[in-house]
Amino acid sequence: MNATLQWVSHNKLLTAGLVIVTILALISIIGPHMIDEEGTKIGYAMPDQPPGREYLLGTDTVGRQLLPTIISGMGLTLRVGIIAGALGLAIGVVLAFISGFYGGLPDAIIRGAADTLLTVPVLLLLVVVASTLTSALTVNQVALLLAGITWMGATRIIRSQVLSMRERAYLEVARASGANGLQIIFLELMPNLLPYIAVSFVGAVAQAILGSIGIEALGLGPQNENTLGMTIYWSLYHSSQVRGLWWWWAPPVIVIILLFIGLFLMSAGLDRIANPRLRRAG
Amino acid sequence: MTKGYVARRIAIFFLIVWLAASLNFLLPHLAEVNPIRQRLARLQAFGVASGVTASRATGEEKSLFEETVKTWERKFGLDQPLWKQYIRYIGDIARFDLGFSIVNFPASVLKMILQALPWTVLVIGIATIMSFTLGSILGALMVWRKNSPLLNILGPPVLALSAIPYYLLGVGLVFLLAFTWAFFPISGGYDYGRVPDVSWGFILSASHHAILPALSIVLAQIGFWGLHMRGMMVTVQEEDYMQFAEARGLTDRRLFLRYAMRNAILPQATNLALTLGLIITQGVLVEVVFSYPGIGTLLFNAIRNLDFFVINGIVFIIVLSVALSTLIIDLVNPILDPRIRYQQA
Repeated sequence: MNATLQWVSHNKLLTAGLVIVTILALISIIGPHMIDEEGTKIGYAMPDQPPGREYLLGTDTVGRQLLPTIISGMGLTLRVGIIAGALGLAIGVVLAFISGFYGGLPDAIIRGAADTLLTVPVLLLLVVVASTLTSALTVNQVALLLAGITWMGATRIIRSQVLSMRERAYLEVARASGANGLQIIFLELMPNLLPYIAVSFVGAVAQAILGSIGIEALGLGPQNENTLGMTIYWSLYHSSQVRGLWWWWAPPVIVIILLFIGLFLMSAGLDRIANPRLRRAG
Repeated sequence: MTKGYVARRIAIFFLIVWLAASLNFLLPHLAEVNPIRQRLARLQAFGVASGVTASRATGEEKSLFEETVKTWERKFGLDQPLWKQYIRYIGDIARFDLGFSIVNFPASVLKMILQALPWTVLVIGIATIMSFTLGSILGALMVWRKNSPLLNILGPPVLALSAIPYYLLGVGLVFLLAFTWAFFPISGGYDYGRVPDVSWGFILSASHHAILPALSIVLAQIGFWGLHMRGMMVTVQEEDYMQFAEARGLTDRRLFLRYAMRNAILPQATNLALTLGLIITQGVLVEVVFSYPGIGTLLFNAIRNLDFFVINGIVFIIVLSVALSTLIIDLVNPILDPRIRYQQA
């Protein structure tokens, strides 16, 4: 118990971030069992009802109940973030190892591709791809698409670490005692890379969610699924802010803001573990 | 910096622009999207194109629809073989001819973009430069004056704001400062009924409309610049020349401005140039939230109305601005910082 408290006081940022994200994740896991999925359908309830006893968070202009819509939307948005973040991280780590370990031509190609892609605005790529597809995207397709453009951060961070670790003494020892490439990667390098991998993962998830909400708010997202971004799109589409329907736009905006702040705190906390120099910045 | 380096860098610029233009041309063809057909089908669904709804279309009306599609395809040159279309497209792009809007037919895409561009560049450009200045100072001071109570209270929340997408802040600002308390107009670029001209009245009205969109960008971006600057300052503070300068007994002010800030700002400046290149995409959703008459709203409406030539044109302009700003960075950086040597690209 004491050790836990000590860990918490040493990692205040990380703990705060973890708490926020965990609460949001729990709501989106437990929530769907407590609500009536039917309520997310168009025309289920009276339109434009303010929050009250009958509809906890009110209803929108086309008669969706907002509480169930937002709870199921949280699950969908988190799913996009986690699938895209995990895939992007996996691609990024594999490329980083190839690049950092083998050097030469593969390194030049991977580095060039990462540097070029990093300068391309994510939203733009998504707009191009989404607007050329004939049918609307599904949640999983959005996630796959985002994985393809969130790997660069991980590749850059991990590659530079692999480069600096490659020449360390403990790797020499491992090599001399006959460990093969895979053993070196998983037994020697991975444990040392964990904080960097964690930072990259949180970064990739945040970027994926940002991207997905961005295209959804532009109206290019999954039309038939009530992700948080789509709820924002419809509320903008029906100009809810200027019609005083605050219960429509505010909940998804607040949930997204909380989610981003949670992820931001987590990555700031993890950054301090990975880069001890930052601790001195106060 | 050699002549060879400059030449190579400029060649890469043209290569990137050509690749982007080709992709921009090929992607819709690979996906077999037919913009004309989609657009007309939608018009027909609304009962505009041939005066009947799609569900009641008879055989005769269907052939009429096909004929309309053919006529329009001829008009836009879409009936030619692919390679001919491609050559024409590249030629057009080289002359900055981005074609015509399908939705507002006689209007050319370039003209629509040129009309929207100043709004975006001015508002988002000024907001970016303001947040760069404020954020860099904040980030630097957070390291320099570590014990200042004001900074310790103010700093962290401002840094955390950087995690929030601009447009979501915008939605909140519209509700608070435009809808609840009507300090600022809710949407648009200038007062309704005014004609854009160069007069004080118009400039005043335009600035009044620009404050909220700019504010939502500044609020969110200060933290971004602050975080980067803080990281740079921590690194710079440990350098030997800082200790030496301190040992020489230089004043705190001089140390901060001429030694610490000056060295930490260089990577920031590179970042600023990159961000300015991204100006158009950065503000897309902010503009949508405020119905601001810039490129973002143009793109939003083009997506909504399936106006592919406008989408393509905007995408091309964005790629061009990103490629141009990286070119400028790569050419200017070696002059600014002699430590950077570009031997091999």
